[in-house]
Amino acid sequence: MQNWPLYEVFIRSKNGLSHKHVGSLHAADADMAITNARDVYTRRKEGVSIWVVESKDIKASNPEDSEALFDPAEDKVYRHPTFYDLPDALEHM
Amino acid sequence: MTEIQSLEKRFQDRIDNEERIEPRDWMPEKYRKTLIRQISQHAHSEIVGMLPEGNWITRAPNLRRKLGLIAKVQDEAGHGLYLYSACETLGISRDEVLDQLHTGKAKYSSIFNYPTLTWADIGAIGWLVDGAAILNQVPICRCSYGPYARAMVRVCKEESFHQRQGYEIMLALANGTPEQKEMAQDALNRWWWPSLMMFGPSDSESTHSAQSMAWKIKRFSNDELRQRMVDMTKPQADILGLTIPDPDLKWNDEKGMHDFGEIDWGEFWAVVKGDGPCNKERLAARVKAHEDGQWVRDAAVAYSEKQEARKAATDTTQVA
Ligand SMILES: [Fe+2]
Ligand SMILES: [Fe+2]
Repeated sequence: MQNWPLYEVFIRSKNGLSHKHVGSLHAADADMAITNARDVYTRRKEGVSIWVVESKDIKASNPEDSEALFDPAEDKVYRHPTFYDLPDALEHM
Repeated sequence: MTEIQSLEKRFQDRIDNEERIEPRDWMPEKYRKTLIRQISQHAHSEIVGMLPEGNWITRAPNLRRKLGLIAKVQDEAGHGLYLYSACETLGISRDEVLDQLHTGKAKYSSIFNYPTLTWADIGAIGWLVDGAAILNQVPICRCSYGPYARAMVRVCKEESFHQRQGYEIMLALANGTPEQKEMAQDALNRWWWPSLMMFGPSDSESTHSAQSMAWKIKRFSNDELRQRMVDMTKPQADILGLTIPDPDLKWNDEKGMHDFGEIDWGEFWAVVKGDGPCNKERLAARVKAHEDGQWVRDAAVAYSEKQEARKAATDTTQVA
């Protein structure tokens, strides 16, 4: 496996849905990563499209920053429809 | 409380809340080590597990059986790969993990150190060995470590075909000629006890169990799962008209489960320690396959470097 970079694999299970991360694998290059991903992750028609991205090219957020990143959304209940008081008789809204 | 203690407490709270732990999250070193050991052993078992079954691919009795067996063995290769990549998320390289297998430092499931002597063994393996694997693996779909749990969901979806193809082989033999039925019985006789050993040492002897339960890597004890295996399999053997080779096996109305005989733990530990019928042969076959494949891996790297160089050359020409 030396020199074989790690690729993250994303599969679109059917048209109309987004690609979803399914796992990773090693390959000599991106073309080989797609062929390998076909064999490893779609033996039962689990997909109609494959993306591979070299793992080192993914920049991930740091779990230690999650408070700074995600807590600000916590007190913004006014972003949700249920925040607004409307009469029960009102329909289609 | 020291800093490490408070990190550990927060970690345990997350586990107790059924939160999943992901690769970049803080985790105790022992949790990481335990998972690396367990996931890599699991991966090795999938890979080495191809050997006893691969032994019968060229001798499958007809095309239908051959197709099923090839597809099953290919699935096991896939399982190994899902698990190796889950293991790598814990910060160990693929080369290191493979090295541990090839140098004999890492273990794999002892069941694969038994030989496949007749075609009926392929039936018995699918039925009993994959059956036991399913019981072991289903609870791991809820393991606290995200990548392991997700890999296991994929694995479990695929295992049910393995068990059914095995049982169908047993069914055909059990309903065949007297010789075929005898062959099926013989395979059951040889695979029954090693299959029960797949759940590991009894709870009183199991060293890692308590911590793994607390970390929710493990959800049920070895003995609980083994009991389930016995209760599940006995009626399946009855449908085949075969006899489970255990004179002490009988239904206990009071407990609502079967009583069954004692496992030969001497044999269990001997095979774990390397003295099973095929330990040396399996490891040698695995090492040879890896070494024989070296030129393929080298060629793939050479090819990708050549493509890369060619692409760089065209890019420069276009700029000029
Ligand atoms: Fe498997
Ligand atoms: Fe399997």
